[in-house]
Amino acid sequence: MFVLKINGETRSVDVPADMPMLWVLRDILGLTGTKFGCGIAQCGACTVHLDGQAVRSCVLPVSSVGVRAITTIEAVGETPAGQRIQQAWLDVDVVQCGYCQPGQIMSATALLAHNADPTDGDIDAAMAGNICRCGTYVRIRAAIKQAATGKLVAPQSIAPQPIPPPNGTAA
Amino acid sequence: MSAGVGVHPEDMDSRDVDLGRRAALRFGGLTLAFLWTGVSGNVSAAMNARRQPDDAAAALADGNPPFAPNAFIRIHADGAVRLVMPNVEMGQGIYTGACMLLAEELDVGMDQITVEHAPPDESLYSMPLLGGQITGGSTSTRGQWQVLREAGAVARSLLVAAAAQRWGVDPAGCSVSRGVIVHTASKRTLTYGAVARAAAALPEPGKVSLKDPQAFALIGKRLRRVDSADKVSGAAQFGIDVKVPGMKIATVKACPTLGGRVRGIDDRRTRAIPGVVAVLQLDGAVAVVGEHFWAAKRGLDALDIAWDHGDNADLSTALLWQGLADHSSVGKPIVARAVGEKPVDGKVLNAVYRSPMLAHATMEPLNATVWVTAEKCEIWVGTQVPTRCVGIAAKITGLPESKIVLHNQFLGGGFGRRLESDSVEQAVNLAKQVNYPLKVIWTREEDIRHDIVRPMYYDRISAIVDGSGLPVWYSYRVTGATVLARWAPLAMGKNGLDDDTVECAAELPYDIPNLDVEWVRRDMPEGVVVGWWRGVGPTHNLFVVESFMDELAHAAGQDPLDYRRRLLKKNPRSLALLELAAEKIGWHSTSLPPRVGRGIALGEPFGSRVCVIVEAAVSAQGEVRLRRVVAALDCGIIINPSSVEAQIQGGLLFGLSAALYSGITLANGAIEQSNFHDYRNLRINEAPTIELYCIDSTAKPGGLGEVGTAIAAPALANALFAATGVRLRSLPVDRNLLVQDTAVLKQVVGENHEQPMPPAASQTAT
Repeated sequence: MFVLKINGETRSVDVPADMPMLWVLRDILGLTGTKFGCGIAQCGACTVHLDGQAVRSCVLPVSSVGVRAITTIEAVGETPAGQRIQQAWLDVDVVQCGYCQPGQIMSATALLAHNADPTDGDIDAAMAGNICRCGTYVRIRAAIKQAATGKLVAPQSIAPQPIPPPNGTAA
Repeated sequence: MSAGVGVHPEDMDSRDVDLGRRAALRFGGLTLAFLWTGVSGNVSAAMNARRQPDDAAAALADGNPPFAPNAFIRIHADGAVRLVMPNVEMGQGIYTGACMLLAEELDVGMDQITVEHAPPDESLYSMPLLGGQITGGSTSTRGQWQVLREAGAVARSLLVAAAAQRWGVDPAGCSVSRGVIVHTASKRTLTYGAVARAAAALPEPGKVSLKDPQAFALIGKRLRRVDSADKVSGAAQFGIDVKVPGMKIATVKACPTLGGRVRGIDDRRTRAIPGVVAVLQLDGAVAVVGEHFWAAKRGLDALDIAWDHGDNADLSTALLWQGLADHSSVGKPIVARAVGEKPVDGKVLNAVYRSPMLAHATMEPLNATVWVTAEKCEIWVGTQVPTRCVGIAAKITGLPESKIVLHNQFLGGGFGRRLESDSVEQAVNLAKQVNYPLKVIWTREEDIRHDIVRPMYYDRISAIVDGSGLPVWYSYRVTGATVLARWAPLAMGKNGLDDDTVECAAELPYDIPNLDVEWVRRDMPEGVVVGWWRGVGPTHNLFVVESFMDELAHAAGQDPLDYRRRLLKKNPRSLALLELAAEKIGWHSTSLPPRVGRGIALGEPFGSRVCVIVEAAVSAQGEVRLRRVVAALDCGIIINPSSVEAQIQGGLLFGLSAALYSGITLANGAIEQSNFHDYRNLRINEAPTIELYCIDSTAKPGGLGEVGTAIAAPALANALFAATGVRLRSLPVDRNLLVQDTAVLKQVVGENHEQPMPPAASQTAT
């Protein structure tokens, strides 16, 4: 039995000690925003925060977490940096298929929380572990800069809030 | 992001639409390669703006809204507007584009709608260009541009008629804004919700008028995607995220040797692992079921499997290349297009190009959740071919198709991989062995090793040039396998031609008087299954043809831009793109440092026209860095400029990624690559800046999803030639060929390629 602090709540899970946090989140706790992409920390789709640091949850055994706080995409918007990153992601309209984006947003939020004014090199270093097969990199870069500076990054950005987001896509 | 104006009256659509008439859509040979005429051999029904026989049942199953005038629009008494998406959303932005077409003519705001995945139903959601409920081939916008606007106009016309009837006025005296009908003279208003029930009882209009483009409120605007908010918050549900009560999770392993079988298993160690529920077998694969993925994965890793490697046990990529090369000489060519005669005189240039097998590596690994009972079979999956999945499940379970319920999901990437139904077939075969819902997830290793790969091609290309260096004859012989013969056999040409194999090679933008384009069919050994990929034929052919055009220019001692200009005198639309891209990158006006080069590629794939110039630097050690990409595009009328930009940026990066890194190889009949460490992909630190310039146009929309991918590789290869003088005739890029001289390999590779390397003499040899 492991007692975990996830998104501000205490959760107890009865799982094998070597079970990666990715599967604890997805299959035990039902938090499916964190994605499976490779299983070997090569793609970043599974990125979560461990005490504010971006880590790959697919190779993070549950037994190694201890008392450290885990934050996932479901709650990252409650942090100031996460809120700014998610808003910039909407304003620039970064997503395509969207599958890698929770991981991208978690990596970008950790970057912004630790570095208020990242350079291109800082962005490369922080984001190179997150693969996007749709090729949204140009807009990811623009969105991070927008979140950091508050300035629109035309011409590669969409006008802010031209329409309110839909109520959510029914599926 | 617009430059120039191109109005082409011949491409204009009629705005008065007689809905009783289903005009044949003519899109040229480009989409014919993708045409599928259905299993019966008859062209199946295409989606229709008007009410269809299946509509009542579909609307009843979809919440029974009071107003459902066709398969795409549902309006409730409270005014809620739901739009049903005939295509699937895999990142290309088609949900947003389809909503814009519907909402434009319906006169509702994009903030007033919600969006739904369509259920499988060929009679309601068949794509006009594909003859089936299929998303692919960059056909969605081209196929829906007219019909979805009509669908919106039909609904609006009925709702306005209902309001006018209630007021006892002429419908022509009414207008609509954001779902509110206004009688102009009396200023009375009624909402769509208030007249929804009355509108449903009215007869359909025989004719509707579509808006003049000048009056568009949505089309042409840079609008946010309808799926962005859920994808940013993590709430969007992909197939892999589905939760069904009582569900167990399985992971699978098929024989690594393609086409091999399971000889036997020893599952004692597997069954001892806590959480393992079952071990299942199929002919060619085994699956371990667990309470969660981790138990299934550990269980599979612990399983002792004896494989029968079968006929491909000794197969290698080298053998496949040898077979293609031999067959290119001795195989029987099928003529795709022949014009004029081969001239007797002139200088002959020849080259051989090779394109590798490619995996798709969608970020969401393949998965499907299936629940088979005696009465029905439910499937939750993100697929580009929902009705094909239903047909396969019916065959496997013995249930009628009416008892197969498929819930489509957001796709975490498609790129053609989810045009196949192999993983769904496997999941149904596994699920029918158990009495609980089963989610089958492929590991990334399984996803790469059992991809249905883009075929490999061996191509001979030749030209005869006149005294000024321009080609007077061009010949191209593609040798490779066919995807179409397996995937849609009835779409094969009468002469046995698979049009896809020569797409963008049989019809060139350039004025070359004589040509001869052929395909030599060379099937892969049984078990090596080849499939669609982002761009398929055009992606491969444009690499060869546009690289060779560059070769011809250099052989003639001419600038590649000027050379292409001379061949485009009769093609003003493509010439305009060439000029635009050249101007924007400063082709003649800026000089470049040593080992930095620019490469042009031009093409007319998927009903669009595109010119791309890549600027790349090559280090002395042969490392490539992409500095800048400029793209000029004519895709006809632009529905959403943001989506167009995203598709070109993403498509280019997908193509550049493949050209730089990707190639699937076989050893002992097994795919050697397995995950992102050995099937490399472009990362953000390697992505160049990308600028897109579009032609303003009112012509019919062209395709977009594959355009950027198709044009990327030749622009890169030509840039690398310009930087190094090395012509790369095979992909992916072999950095060993780009090394300046062997001495520099003893130097430490600098992190920053912008810094000139110090003279070799000052370096410490390592």
